Amino acid sequence: MTGELSSGPPSHVGEVIVQARGIEKYFGENHVLRGVDLDVRQREVVMLVGRSGSGKTTFLRCLNFLEEPTLGWVEIDGVRADADPLHARSRAHQEQVRQLRLRAGMLFQDFNLFPHMTALGNCIEAPIKVRGISREEATATAEKYLNKVGLLEKKDEYPARLSGGQKQRVAIARALCMEPKVLMFDEPTSALDPELVGEVLRTMEELAHEGTTMIVVTHEMHFAREAADTVVFMEGGVVCESGPPEQVLSKPTDERTQRFLRRFLNLSS
Amino acid sequence: MTVGTLAGLSESEVVGSLRGAAQRARSLFRAWFIATWIVLVGALVVALWVTGNIKPDFIASAGPFILGGAGTTVLISVVSIFFATLLAMAGALGRISRNPILNGLASLYVSLVRGTPLLVQVFFVYLALPELGIILPVIVGGIVALAFNYGAYMTEVFRAGIQAVPRGQREAAQALGMPERQIMTRIVLPQAVRIVIPAIGNDFISMIKDSSLVYVLGVSELLFRASTLGRRELASLSALLIAALIYWVLTIIFSYFQERLERRMARGDR
Repeated sequence: MTGELSSGPPSHVGEVIVQARGIEKYFGENHVLRGVDLDVRQREVVMLVGRSGSGKTTFLRCLNFLEEPTLGWVEIDGVRADADPLHARSRAHQEQVRQLRLRAGMLFQDFNLFPHMTALGNCIEAPIKVRGISREEATATAEKYLNKVGLLEKKDEYPARLSGGQKQRVAIARALCMEPKVLMFDEPTSALDPELVGEVLRTMEELAHEGTTMIVVTHEMHFAREAADTVVFMEGGVVCESGPPEQVLSKPTDERTQRFLRRFLNLSS
Repeated sequence: MTVGTLAGLSESEVVGSLRGAAQRARSLFRAWFIATWIVLVGALVVALWVTGNIKPDFIASAGPFILGGAGTTVLISVVSIFFATLLAMAGALGRISRNPILNGLASLYVSLVRGTPLLVQVFFVYLALPELGIILPVIVGGIVALAFNYGAYMTEVFRAGIQAVPRGQREAAQALGMPERQIMTRIVLPQAVRIVIPAIGNDFISMIKDSSLVYVLGVSELLFRASTLGRRELASLSALLIAALIYWVLTIIFSYFQERLERRMARGDR
């Protein structure tokens, strides 16, 4: 983390693996991101929090160019892509972005499993077609990760026959099958019935314990407090405050963070 | 106080009698509905019969021959809808393409075909193409005209189908690092096809009837057999009635399957 609040990375984390610099995003006249920087280290769990409209989801989507940033650059595991909105559709830029995306797994609010493929089919599609590994090897990897998320016995089911929590866990397995360097979660539990949130959060916690690098946009403050190494608070398209959860969530120094947390505490008490 | 106690009935008795009444109303409706059909169709047949315009001998002798044309009708329709589907898929990809030439080509195709009558297109294949030195076997010519025509209408259906696939599907595929072409062939098109299958079924049923237009090419299908035989034997009314009846039965049969298909797709795994 850059900024005056940085208290050094937690001891279990490694080298910086994700870097974003000066990310700006305009939607038409609307200036949604106003220069956001982020460093994420190996095995670090970073949670992006803030009000809706603060730009945290847009920022996450800029990290793998699902939104083309207006300015700035992102580097993941040595692959760098620069914002190039004027040539966003050029072949060279698209290929650069694709290389970046291959290093980052993305999880969505509404899962986005492919409905015409089974759970297993969802998991082996990209490894076979994109990474070019054999069907046998892809199936073995997929079964390993489906087992990890506790859904091996559902491998032949179509998404329509899975609960929301199960869908999100299959989506996690699907992302893991590409062996990404970092997993990015965009409010992974917001579309879930309350009783299904726990199973997804538990899966994420397990991944965190195993040293998966993760960037998570979330509204689950308790989860952020428990599982995050670093909490980044965003407001109005900038990072207001970042640091370990006990600092950002318990003793925030930024006035906007304080206001946000007060409101959150009022709501949850 | 519950409703039932008013009439001195228990609640379950009230619910039961309401359900019984609804069932009786439904079966009464169906009985009247069917009776109306039988009476009207029966009256039509009797009227034609007593005026002496229906020729039973002709029907007995020509019926099987005309019915034999139904096979050709269905064959032409099946082959044409197949090629129309391929054309429509290509057309739809053109219509959503960012390449101005491909997009222009597809738009021109749709505009041209939708702006001219099917019969003109059939004549074009029959009369105009030979002048250009292209002479197709009649059945091939019929299939070309029908596939070309339906392909244009179905292009718009396919385009809507592709656009109906949720944006998140494309994003999930992008996030997995899939290149554009693969996203289209592996993720978007298979889902779009599922979305448009009921519409293809509808078009197929229309095709069965529109395929009658290729009789002008001399394809020995249903209408061609009925009209030539009817004119030769001076029994056009009987001949055309047979043809109409066969078309009607064909569409009823295919509509039945189409409805079942539609219901299955609606249930589907989406």
